Amino acid sequence: MVAGPVKLRVGVLALQGSFREHMTLLRRIPGVEPVEVRTKEELDSVAGLIIPGGESTTMALVAERWGLIPELRSFAASQRPIWGTCAGLIFLANRASGMKEGGQALLGGLDCMVQRNFFGAQINSFETQLPAPPCLPRSSDASDTFRAVFIRAPAITETGEGVEVLAEYRLTEEEQAAQGHDSVAVAVRSGPLLATAFHPELTQDSRWHELFVQMVQQHAADAAAAAAAAPAPDPFAKLGRAPNRPADLPFY
Amino acid sequence: MAEQQRGTQAVKVGLAQMLKGGVIMDVVTPEEARIAEEAGAVAVMALERVPADIRRNGGVARMSDPQMIKEIKAAVTIPVMAKARIGHFVEAQILEAVGIDYIDESEVLTPADDVHHINKHTFKVPFVCGCRDLGEALRRIAEGAAMIRTKGEAGTGNVVEAVRHARAVQGAIRQLQTMDDDELYVYAKEIRAPVELVRQTKALGRLPVVNFAAGGVATPADAALMMQLGMDGVFVGSGIFKSGDPAKRARAIVQAVTHYNDPAVLAEVSCDLGEPMVGIDVREKGFKSYAQRSE
Repeated sequence: MVAGPVKLRVGVLALQGSFREHMTLLRRIPGVEPVEVRTKEELDSVAGLIIPGGESTTMALVAERWGLIPELRSFAASQRPIWGTCAGLIFLANRASGMKEGGQALLGGLDCMVQRNFFGAQINSFETQLPAPPCLPRSSDASDTFRAVFIRAPAITETGEGVEVLAEYRLTEEEQAAQGHDSVAVAVRSGPLLATAFHPELTQDSRWHELFVQMVQQHAADAAAAAAAAPAPDPFAKLGRAPNRPADLPFY
Repeated sequence: MAEQQRGTQAVKVGLAQMLKGGVIMDVVTPEEARIAEEAGAVAVMALERVPADIRRNGGVARMSDPQMIKEIKAAVTIPVMAKARIGHFVEAQILEAVGIDYIDESEVLTPADDVHHINKHTFKVPFVCGCRDLGEALRRIAEGAAMIRTKGEAGTGNVVEAVRHARAVQGAIRQLQTMDDDELYVYAKEIRAPVELVRQTKALGRLPVVNFAAGGVATPADAALMMQLGMDGVFVGSGIFKSGDPAKRARAIVQAVTHYNDPAVLAEVSCDLGEPMVGIDVREKGFKSYAQRSE
């Protein structure tokens, strides 16, 4: 067997939510090997991690039950890049409001204030086109806007120093009246952390994934030791049964 | 800046995509809703009576009191779903006005229209509908359902019908994938589904929306079984709050759905759960099927 070039292992936290959609988009990027992450071993084997959309309370509880929170904290401390979408953004924020009674476990690291369910119930969920920030790669899609899908989305109401705002959303008059803000940040970057309130994984547009892969490549190049990646654990090895998962959903 | 668009197919299906790999639990009070959220439910279904009680009490089962739904909404931060009767588009309008996150057009309630389902395209709120086979699933999607659940038999604590329906859908999709494109027209006619959706399902190798299991899941093993059969997540109705230790069972089922492929984890979370709900054998004389109430 001829060994191919070493691929960049990018993990997607696969506890709950839209992790398969992230995997689908990562597969389109040459040189990337997407990995579903449920255990410490899988987490240790990746160079960067995406925390997908889903219910942040559920993800936090499942992660806590298996002691994954400290592992995620040490992953973040190692400066390996992490990208949180929607629920993942809530995980990364230092401060959050609108949490369930009794609070929920947060990873932290991103100096900003996030409000959960900022736009309200599902009936207020929406999609729109937003201006593409200059850092977004243009190779796969040269358009100046990107499609942003917000599902019971959080919003970033305050950002600390050193947090770069990549996209803002200007509230409608109705939303301004309800919130007392004119606009909110919906995509930010700070060091190895990227966070978006919307869901690039629900669209055909892979540019946000390309941006994150660039961040991981940069970090991996800096930390040359990461090159000797371990072989992927087979998630079905424990079962002795062929995978019976259906294929992926279409993009709308 | 471009206008924001609400209620698009991406937004409707998108919420279901966020629920994947999760457990949606039936609750009848704000306290139960809090227990479900604490256990890690991705959403709750607000009801006046769980299906096991609907079965026992009989009579006509209708949409819940909107006041009670509002109280449950106020108690939790996760999405709240509620049931409307099949074909009762005014109950659906009321639930949309209350700000519910997802409507279940459900055969567990007494159908209001024995011919037509709700035209779900006219709503901004997304709908989930039940199915027993591929044709039924695609008919609901054609009417605008943004999420499907296999029907099973609600309120029985017996997973056999849920398995039957999941296998029927998955098996038909596998069969469809081996078909010649020329054969799809007649196949669509046979299963009484739009040929475009049949073609899309063949191309994808799955339903074009999220598909959860429902109707009879009572244990972590049941939940993992449905996941291994290819479902995207599970609804648990009476199985949790009709059992001996609801909080513990709820937590265990949540863990089982994430780690459905790991028997060691499943063994661990299945220990000491107390009494499961009492089950009903669906082959008993006089058993009333809810799944057969609509097609």
